Amino acid sequence: MTIPTTGLTVPADSGQETAGTTPQLRASVLRTLLRDPVAAACLAYIVLVLMMAAFAPLIVKVSGWDPYEFDQSAIDANMGGIPLGGFSGSHWLGVEPGTGRDIFARIVYGARASMLIAISATVLTTLLGVVFGLLAGYFGGRTDMVISRVMEFLMAFPALIFMIAVLSALPADDRQYLLVVVISVFGWPYLARIVRGQTMSLKQREFVEAAVASGASRSTVVFTEILPNLRSTILVMVTLAVPGYIGTEAGLSFLGVGVVPPTPSWGQMIASSVNWYSVVPLYFVVPGTFLALLVLSFMVLGDRVRSVVDPKGRS
Amino acid sequence: MTRYVVNRLAGMVLVLFLVCLFTYMVFFLLSPDPAVQICGKNCTPERIDQIRANLGLDEPFVTQFLNFLRGLFIGREYEGGINCPAPCLGYSFQTSQVVTDMIVQRLPVTAVVAVGAAVLWLLMGVVGGLISAVQEGKFADRFIAGLTLGGMSVPNYVLALALQYVFVVWLQWLPFPQAVPFADDPVQWFLNFILPWSVLAIGYASSYTRLTRANVIDTLDENFVRTARAKGLRPDLVWRRHALRPALTPIVTIAGMDFAGLLGGALITETVFGINGVGKLAADSITKNDQPVIMAVTLLAAFFVVVGNMVVDLLYSAIDPRVRVGVSA
Repeated sequence: MTIPTTGLTVPADSGQETAGTTPQLRASVLRTLLRDPVAAACLAYIVLVLMMAAFAPLIVKVSGWDPYEFDQSAIDANMGGIPLGGFSGSHWLGVEPGTGRDIFARIVYGARASMLIAISATVLTTLLGVVFGLLAGYFGGRTDMVISRVMEFLMAFPALIFMIAVLSALPADDRQYLLVVVISVFGWPYLARIVRGQTMSLKQREFVEAAVASGASRSTVVFTEILPNLRSTILVMVTLAVPGYIGTEAGLSFLGVGVVPPTPSWGQMIASSVNWYSVVPLYFVVPGTFLALLVLSFMVLGDRVRSVVDPKGRS
Repeated sequence: MTRYVVNRLAGMVLVLFLVCLFTYMVFFLLSPDPAVQICGKNCTPERIDQIRANLGLDEPFVTQFLNFLRGLFIGREYEGGINCPAPCLGYSFQTSQVVTDMIVQRLPVTAVVAVGAAVLWLLMGVVGGLISAVQEGKFADRFIAGLTLGGMSVPNYVLALALQYVFVVWLQWLPFPQAVPFADDPVQWFLNFILPWSVLAIGYASSYTRLTRANVIDTLDENFVRTARAKGLRPDLVWRRHALRPALTPIVTIAGMDFAGLLGGALITETVFGINGVGKLAADSITKNDQPVIMAVTLLAAFFVVVGNMVVDLLYSAIDPRVRVGVSA
């Protein structure tokens, strides 16, 4: 199982070259990416899924079926609930075996769960990672020691199994929030480690020294001198973290400790298709394809972003 | 060196202790009362109290935790004459079994899964990475890069279902998986493991390919390789003695850690393929909410990861003295 291992692929020392990029970074990165057809396609798919998540109720109204609605007429009750026919005009992507719930509607609503959890977890991880990385890197000494030890401890944990243990022990009411918290708690050290390293090297640079000499306060130095220079690193890490968290959410839902039924999620749909895979392959192919494409898009995009921001970095 | 080893060992013990404490605390504070679960439907408050007293659940947290630790090192005895010898990880009230026995029974299966997968992914990863490095920028490199991206994006349970559908249901190249002991039918036994090995291996191999490629390309850029070439060393010797060794050492260390992680159970793969290993035990216990088992598997996995990390670190620092300085700093 790959949890945030994607975070490991950015070498800790790649920052030396990237430090000191221009303020127009974001606009130019976007422009360069849009000129690259593969990256543009990935971006388009991600935007599509985001729109799906945002406008789920509207889309479902157009397609005609609610994600929770049972359609007994679409399944064969005598054959144990095998769907009658696959893609059709009324059920665009077929129906769930056994219940007859519309797969398209569940995919659309499932996108909500996946994107919401992955994005909130990324935001929280980034926040924690940047803050603690900056603290450890800038202040050094005892602060650094404490934060580094905590990071080592968290990274030594078998994260997936522990996440499962915690989530299974907790009450199931607010799983979405718990998922975000648990994923972030185990995810931030991977970003913080890199931010810490770069902050330590940025701290030695002349412009920081100049700011300190001209009487800038600590917070000014950290937020206006050091943080802007970490932007490209953070951008790359974020694009690489999202697919990791999408996979983690889906995996946890797959194991039954993620999003609670009947709320749909892609991982959970795949989990419930395990008993049907030999009879109704469509049932795992559809959510599986959506999920794999989403992860792929984010990973390709992450790779492209990195090669734009950091042309020298290779791994 | 001795001091480094002692330091590392002390650190390891500390981390393991913290993992124990943390896990125990999470279960103590958050989980629903096991006494209520055992008690079942026809339950009276007195009976719950009695069960609590029997299990020692009425004791304060520290006492319970110390009891658990004592069980780990000296063993303990549960009410009703159930003996739980030395590495006692608890007692599963739902299956009425000592947790250690449940795990020991399944560990060999998980080990088979992990060993097979590790061999396969190392082979695929290193060969793929070498080909990409040699052919840098050419067709083979791009093709492999595409494959690795694909391998990294398809979640392993989707891959597992897809492969099982294609090879078992559709093409019928492999028999339907059934649990057979090795001694009864070695062929069926082996065929059972092909898919789980491949699924795990494909997931890991992708990142190994990327790493191998990057490492080899970087090493070939190093001065010592240029020197070796300049002094006219035969190309195959340049590769074997100078380029491959530094490029592949990190790969082997990461493989060690991943392998250690897998010993704690490949939850998803084992569940999908119905392999009765530690991972499936954990997954099943989650559905049944059998906390002592979940906790035991968590601890076991942490143990493997922490010990694996340490072994790898020690080996690595023996091979490459530069690391020792870096770690102790």
